[in-house]
Amino acid sequence: MSAQTSGSEPLLSVRDLVQEFVVRGGTVPGRGIQGTPGVKQGVVHALSGVSFDVMPGETLGIVGETGSGKSTLARAVLQAPRPKSGSVVFRGADLTKLRGGRLLQARRHMQFVWQDPFGSLDPKWKVRSIVEEPLIAYREGDRAARRKRVDELLDLVGLDPERYGKRHPRELSGGQAQRVAIARAVALNPSLLICDEAVSSLDVLIQAQVLNLFERLRRDLGLSYLFIAHDLALVKQVSDRVGVMYLGKFCELGPGELVYKQPLHPYTRALLDSIPSTEPGAARATATIKGEPPSPIDPPSGCRFRTRCPRATEKCAAEVPQPRELASGHLVACHFPLTEPAPAGAGSGMSSEATTRSVPTTAEVQG
Amino acid sequence: MSEALLEVRDLRVAFAAGGREIRAVDGVSYQVEAGRTLAIIGESGSGKTVGCRAIMGLLPDTARISGSAQLRGTEMIGLTDGQLRKHRGQDMAMVFQDPARSLNPTMRVGTQITEAIRTHRKVSKSEAGAQAIELLRLVRIPAAERRFHEYPHQLSGGMRQRIMIAMALACRPRLLIADEATTALDVTTQAQIMELLLELQAELGMALILISHDLGLAASYADEVVVMYAGKIVEQAPASRLFGTGGTVKMRYTRALLDAIPHIERPAHAELPVVGGRPPDLSVLRAGCSFAPRCPAAADDCKEKEPALAEHAAGHRWACWHPCENGVSA
Repeated sequence: MSAQTSGSEPLLSVRDLVQEFVVRGGTVPGRGIQGTPGVKQGVVHALSGVSFDVMPGETLGIVGETGSGKSTLARAVLQAPRPKSGSVVFRGADLTKLRGGRLLQARRHMQFVWQDPFGSLDPKWKVRSIVEEPLIAYREGDRAARRKRVDELLDLVGLDPERYGKRHPRELSGGQAQRVAIARAVALNPSLLICDEAVSSLDVLIQAQVLNLFERLRRDLGLSYLFIAHDLALVKQVSDRVGVMYLGKFCELGPGELVYKQPLHPYTRALLDSIPSTEPGAARATATIKGEPPSPIDPPSGCRFRTRCPRATEKCAAEVPQPRELASGHLVACHFPLTEPAPAGAGSGMSSEATTRSVPTTAEVQG
Repeated sequence: MSEALLEVRDLRVAFAAGGREIRAVDGVSYQVEAGRTLAIIGESGSGKTVGCRAIMGLLPDTARISGSAQLRGTEMIGLTDGQLRKHRGQDMAMVFQDPARSLNPTMRVGTQITEAIRTHRKVSKSEAGAQAIELLRLVRIPAAERRFHEYPHQLSGGMRQRIMIAMALACRPRLLIADEATTALDVTTQAQIMELLLELQAELGMALILISHDLGLAASYADEVVVMYAGKIVEQAPASRLFGTGGTVKMRYTRALLDAIPHIERPAHAELPVVGGRPPDLSVLRAGCSFAPRCPAAADDCKEKEPALAEHAAGHRWACWHPCENGVSA
C-alpha cells in the first residue's frame, strides 16, 4: 500500500515486505510448552505484504496494537533480521540485496531511536563516548574534529556538553538519556530516523520536550521520520501521513488529517473511539470492539480484522481485501469501508468464539 | 464527613536514604465516597503510588508513615501487618500495573484465585473453586471453566489484568485502588478494562481510586481529580470542573500537564507548550512553592512562601499564589 505525496523520488520505498518466524516445539511464547522440542509447530505471520513510501522531509507515522507487527517492520527495514521477502529501497539501493560493508554504508543514513534509552546506551560508557561511537565506526574526522562534533550534537539536543559529557547513563534521567540516544542517532547526519516507541516511556512533560526536539531536528536538519508508536494522538502530532497496522498488514494509510477525521477502516474508527478524552462526560471512551487480536500464528482468513469487525460479512472471510485508493493518497484495505453504509448481513463473519479468544488452543494449532 | 468511605488526613511518608530524608508524601488529605471514582494524577516520583501503598500497608519497614487514613471509621495507619491483613481484600484491594509480574507464573490462575479466597474466608476448596469461576465470569472472561486451568503465560496482557481484578474482588472490597492498571495495555484493551472497572463499581458499590499519569484517563473516568506534585496535592476538583470546554484549571502545573498531551485535534508538527526542568529533589528542604523553579508565572513571593492548599471555590482546592485565569495560563 503506498501513496505518492509529490512527484519526487521517495527516500524509502518498501514493497511487499514479508516477515515470518517459525515457531518450534518447546516453550512457545504465550502458549506454554507445546509439541516436540525442535519440531516446527507453526509460523508467526509478523508482516504479510507491507508496502509504503517515505518521501524526503516527510514523517510517516505507524500505529498499531501489540502484535500488529510495527516493531518487526522497523527491524525488517533495518535488515536485522532480514525480511523473508520484499524489497526495501533506501536512497536508491535495495537493502535486501546488499551485504557486509555495502549494507553498512547504505545504512549510515538511516538511524534508530528505541523505546528504552537505558537499554540502548552502554551503562559503562560516558555520554561523550556514546555519542562519538558512530563517528569512529564510520571513520569521521580526527579526534579534534570528532570532539567538536560531539559538543555540537549535545548542544543540538539541549544537553550542556560540559555538564553531561562525562556522565554515565545511570546519572541521567529518562528524558536526558533519550536525548543522548538522539544525539548519537543524528551524529552521522542521517536522512531518515526510525523511532520505535521513542517517547513512550517518558513522563508527559518530558515527552513533550523530546517531541519538540524531534520537530526541531526535522526543520533544522531536513530529517524524515518513520515514527512508530501505539499512541494515536502522539503519532498524529508528529506525522504527515499515518498508516494503521493490524496483524501484520496495513488497514489504512493516508494523510494524518484524513485518517483521523474521516477514517475509512472500521479498525481505525475503533482505535479512535478508544482514546480517553480530556473532555469529560459525553466523550467517555466506549469500547467499540470486543475481544483481543487473534494470534498471528493462525491469522483469520480473508480480512484479518473480520473476527472483531462489526461490519464483517461472509465476503470478508472469503476474500482478502486489497488496498484501494478512495481519496487522493488515502488507501484502505476493506470490502466495506466507512464511506458506505454497513452491508446487509453484517456481523456474520464474526464467530462468537473468535471474538472472545485471543490464544487458540493446542488442538487448533495442530489441527 | 461521615459518608466518606476513606478519609485521608495529613498523610506523610518519608524514607531515610544516605543520612537524608526523602519526603515522598508530604501532608496529603482527601476522601473518597462509596460508589465514586477518585483519580490521583502525577508524574513519576510525585508520591501518588507511595501514598496509596502506605494506606494498604504495603511499604517496607524503613518507611516512616504519619497522619491518618480512616477506612469506614477504622484507622489504617499504625496497624500491625496481622491487623491490616483483615482489612486487605475485605475492605480494600489494589491492582497494579504489571499483571505478568503480579501473578505466580508456576500456578494455574484458578488455583491462585482460589488461594486468595481461602486466605480470607473459611470455605472448602471446591466451594472456593466455584467462587473463583464465578469471579472469572464477573470480570467477563469467556470460557471461564477452561481459563481456570490455564497458566498466566497462556493469557494475553488484558486477560491477565482481568485475572488480577478478579483476585482483588474476591472478597468484594469496598475500596479498589488501581495503580496504573491499564498503562501497559493497548488502547482498545485499556478501554475495555476501564469499562469493566466502572461496571463492577456500579454492581458492587465500590469506591475506586485510579492512580495514573494520564490526565485523559482521569477526565474520561473519574468523578474527582487530585493532582500531585513533589509529594503534595497541588490541585483538587471534580473532573467536570477541571476538564473540557469551560474547564477551570487553576494550577499551572495541571495546565502544563494538560497542554503537553498530544491531541488528535492539534495540527501535525505543532509545537507543544513545554515547561523546562525536572521535579525537585525530595530530600532537600526548600522554601516556597515546589513548582516555582519550572513555573512560567513564578514571582518572588512563590520562591519565598509556600502556597497552602485551600478551597478557593466550591469543591475546588488549589495551592498557588498566581492561579490561571479562566483555566488558561496568562
